[in-house]
This record gives sequence, structure tokens and C-alpha cells, in this order.
Amino acid sequence: MVMTFVFAFFVGGIICAIGQLLMDFGKLTPGHTLSTLVVAGAILAGMGLYEPLINFAGAGATVPITSFGNSLTHGAIVEAEKHGLVGVLTGMFEVTSSGISAAVVFGFIGALIFKPKGNVD
Amino acid sequence: MVIVFQSKPSLIAGGVVAGPLEKRSIFSQHFDATYDDERWQMKTNEQGHRKMVEEACEFAMKKAGVKNKDIDYFMGGDLVNQMTPTNFAARDLDIPFIGLFSACATSISSVIVASLLTEVGASNLALAGASSQHNAVERQFRYPINYGSQKPQTAQWTVTAAGYALVGKHHEEYPSIEAATIGKSVDYGMDDPFHMGAAMAPAAFQTIQSHLEQRNQKIYHYDLILTGDLGQLGIKLLKGMFVESGIKSEELKPLRDAGAEFYGQDETFQSGASGAGCSAAVFFSYVIQQMRAGTYKRVLLVATGALLSPLSFQQGETIPCTAHAIEITMK
Amino acid sequence: MEKEQYKQLEQNVTPNPPYFKNVAKAFLVGGLICTIGQAVSLFYMTFFDFTEATVGNPTVATMIFFAMILTGFGLYKKIGQFAGAGSAVPVTGFGNAVISAAIEHRSEGLVLGVGGNLFKLAGSVVLFGVVSAFFIALIKFILVTLGVVSW
Repeated sequence: MVMTFVFAFFVGGIICAIGQLLMDFGKLTPGHTLSTLVVAGAILAGMGLYEPLINFAGAGATVPITSFGNSLTHGAIVEAEKHGLVGVLTGMFEVTSSGISAAVVFGFIGALIFKPKGNVD
Repeated sequence: MVIVFQSKPSLIAGGVVAGPLEKRSIFSQHFDATYDDERWQMKTNEQGHRKMVEEACEFAMKKAGVKNKDIDYFMGGDLVNQMTPTNFAARDLDIPFIGLFSACATSISSVIVASLLTEVGASNLALAGASSQHNAVERQFRYPINYGSQKPQTAQWTVTAAGYALVGKHHEEYPSIEAATIGKSVDYGMDDPFHMGAAMAPAAFQTIQSHLEQRNQKIYHYDLILTGDLGQLGIKLLKGMFVESGIKSEELKPLRDAGAEFYGQDETFQSGASGAGCSAAVFFSYVIQQMRAGTYKRVLLVATGALLSPLSFQQGETIPCTAHAIEITMK
Repeated sequence: MEKEQYKQLEQNVTPNPPYFKNVAKAFLVGGLICTIGQAVSLFYMTFFDFTEATVGNPTVATMIFFAMILTGFGLYKKIGQFAGAGSAVPVTGFGNAVISAAIEHRSEGLVLGVGGNLFKLAGSVVLFGVVSAFFIALIKFILVTLGVVSW
């Protein structure tokens, strides 16, 4: 179990380090970097490689934004297997990432209780 | 073409107010007031921005012992949307007003227009200046305030400050405006909104060079040539351009930048300060005070502005920049 | 001075980003956030009825809750300045992008401000996530139909 923590740390860290390389060497904005990683997660899911990564590294694979591409793709593929072409579409509507709903809810709550502050300390 | 003012309008007084972080500025002792609340007790950043403009004008008027009704014109601008903070301040100040936009070079473009109005006899007293409020400007040009993006070392920090000067008829005991140069919009192909100093340096170079040439002056004729907000990298680039044009680096001593010096060496602010309020705050407090104290006799103030918008950046345009200069002397 | 010559000067004066330091910081902070995520997962698996396969959803939601607190108190931007991609790439960064936009635009009201700008920064992630999921599932469906691969 301790090893899962170690793997989570390393796998998560490496995904973030790749993101940093995209920003610094690739001169990408954060928006471009995150979009790239999401597509990368979706491709890995399509090749069936992301689920093994989650089994191996736990939160190291579910917490980075790549998992968002994975969960959407995974959902679409599972439904496609069951319902064929229609499933490709309906799958995505059934399995959205909890990240979106959580961000929407907490964004709303955050907007109600916080104010933007410019102080650096 | 350089403008030479026969009547030599004077900077009768300056009013500068700044926000909480600006207490850390090396110039803060010269400001008239710094506030703990970045919103000036108002509901929104933009309302605080407006309030700041009004207070800077109040300070300038108080120092000269005049009231709103004694002022003929109000010239100024900021960086937010259609300059609503300044437009709304003009509504409350109740003075004939034209909003001017030269991005961060507005502090000087407004003084030039005010001086011209004075020169032709249309104005006895005019308020001219510019301002910027960190939160309001950042959300407009970059990201929400609380968004955790990593700013590179080349980035600059938009100051929260408003600086306004009272431009009047010539008086010997006040710094006087002898000449001015209106800059071109210069584009050297720079496109990084987190590296404004590099985009603006060529504009500053062209304006300074053209001013010196047409006035038949050299850099050593000035006690101080102060650019607005090139930042620590921008001023290096400007000096580099002068060196490559054949001027020895020891001759460049009078050349300084308000943005590079504003926050001292604090690394939190990366390459230094920027924003329309940066040059306005330093020019209309520190510089006016130093001239009246006799430290400087001849000064060239060069406000620099990057003429980009979030839209132009997203559409992949490069960043054109401008620089406007006034030459001020003190007997 | 010519533009080309100026570009040269600009490149000489402008420092490169500290590549190694930035990557190291991103790795450490990113790894740390994922380790915290693992602890949250363990919490849900120990005290609630979640398995390794289902624990991803509550973990992600909890991490975004943390992001809201840190964003609201202005701490996430400080972590972001230090960690770069280390705090941008985890879902907390996605949360930060949504929540910071929401807080920022509160002054324009809940409908036009918060509602209209919530996905101002994070919208691209949703767009490319959904679109790539659609096309990849479609490609896989075609490949399976053609008998090239199996489900």
C-alpha cells in the first residue's frame, strides 16, 4: 500500500513535469498545455493504456488532467461496445468526468463567498 | 516633429495616490497617499479605480489651492475597457474632458495635449495624467487574479496608482515644459505579452533619438532621462540599442526607468512595474519634487505604452508600441 | 536598428527560463498533489463503500474542493507561481481555472458574470476532452467493425 503512494507521487510528478516541458520548451500557454494533455489522455485510453496506469499508480493517474480525457473516452468506448455507433455519442453524455460537475458547483460557491484579491502576500 | 512650446507651460502641482502593495515602492515616500484597501472601500475593482483617479486629482488641486470649477480641462486615461474608470471620474469631477488612450504612455500624451491647450491660450489650468489598478487591468489583459499561472522572469507587475499633474501657465518656480515629441507606433515583431519591455524598448529608443536629434541635444544635456515602464529587461535593451548606435555606455548614465526601479529589487515583481499608473505616479511625484528641490535641471520624461489588446494577442498579432516624451526644465 | 538585429539583442538580454529548476519544481509539487489525492482515495476506500475502480470520482471532487479553498484565499496563485505545471496539470488546476474565473466575474452578477465566464479558461479542456473522446471512440468502433482490433 505504501508503494501505491510512491507510484502515485512519481507518475503524477512525471505527468506534471511533461506539462512543464510543454510550457517552457514548447512555449505553450497553460490553456494549450492542458488541452494537449487531455487529448494525450484520450489517446492513451483509446489504446487501452490508461486503465493499467490507474491500477498501477492510483491517484497519480486519476488526479492529473489526462484522466479527464481518459474517463470521457473510456465511457464512450464502453457504450460503443454495447450499443454500437449510437453508443459513441450517448456514452459521453453518461460518463462525464466528476471534475466538471465539481468545478461548476465549487466555482459557484466560491463566487458567492470569495472576492478577488491582488495582494502578493 | 518635435513640438517647442514658446510659452513653456508649467507643472503647477502633482497628485499621486497608490494601493497597498505600492507602499513597498522605493518611490512611496513621494506619493501623497497610499491606501490599505485596493478597492478604496468600493464594491468593485473598477469603482476603486475611479475613486483613485478622483483622489489623485483632488490632491493636485488641493496643493495648488484650486477647485474643480477653476480647472478648464481634464485629460487622462486608463487601460480598462472603454476607459470607464477615467470617464466616470470625469463625470464626478465635472470638468470638460477628453479621454486619451496611449496605453501606458497616456501619462505623457495627456500632458502634451494639456500643454498645447495652454499654449494656444485655451486653458489656464488643466489636469493631465493616467492611472491603472492591478486587479482591473490584469483580469482584462491576462488571467483572473486568483488563477495560478506561472509568470516568467520577463513579466511585469501592473501597479495600482493614479498620477495627475496640474498643467498651467508658465511660472518660474515650477518645472516647465519646453518641448515634446509625439511617438510613432513602432512594431519590432515582438509578440509575447509577458515580455512587454522588449516590445516597448524600440519605441522608447526612436522617440528619444528623434527628440535629441531635432533639439540638437546629446544625452549628457540631461540630468535625467526617465522612461515609463520598460522594466529591468526593457531598460537593458534600450541601453543596448544606444550602445549599438555608437553611444558609449558611460554616457548612458542619465538613462533610467521608473518601472525597473519602482519595486526595488523584489523578485516577487519579476522584471518590475508596469501600467499606466507606473510612469504617472513616478513622474508626477518624485520627478516634480526633485526638480523643485533643484536636484534636476533638465529632464526628459518618456512614457512607454504597449498598444495591444487581449483580442489582438489571441488573433496572433505582434505588439506595436509607442513612446511620448516631454522635456522639462527648472530655472 | 534593424528588426533582425534587435531580435538578436533581445535574445541575448532575455534570460532563458530556468528549465531544470522549473521541471523539478513541477515534478515535486505535482507528485505531492497526487500523493494527497492517493490519501483521499484511501480515505474513501477505507471509510466508504468505494473500490479502486470507483474511487476516482469522489477523489477528484474532493481535490477540487481543496482547490476552491486555496483559490479563494489567494494561495493557489502563489503555489502556481512556484510550481508551474505542477499545480496546473492536476485537476486542482482545472478547478482553479474554473473557480478563479467564477470569483473574478462575480461583480458582473451570477448570470452574466459567473455563468457566462465560468469556463473562460477551462473551456478548452472540456472541448478537447469531449471531442477527442468522440473521435477516438469512433475510430475504435470503425477499427473493431473492420476487424483490425477487438474491444
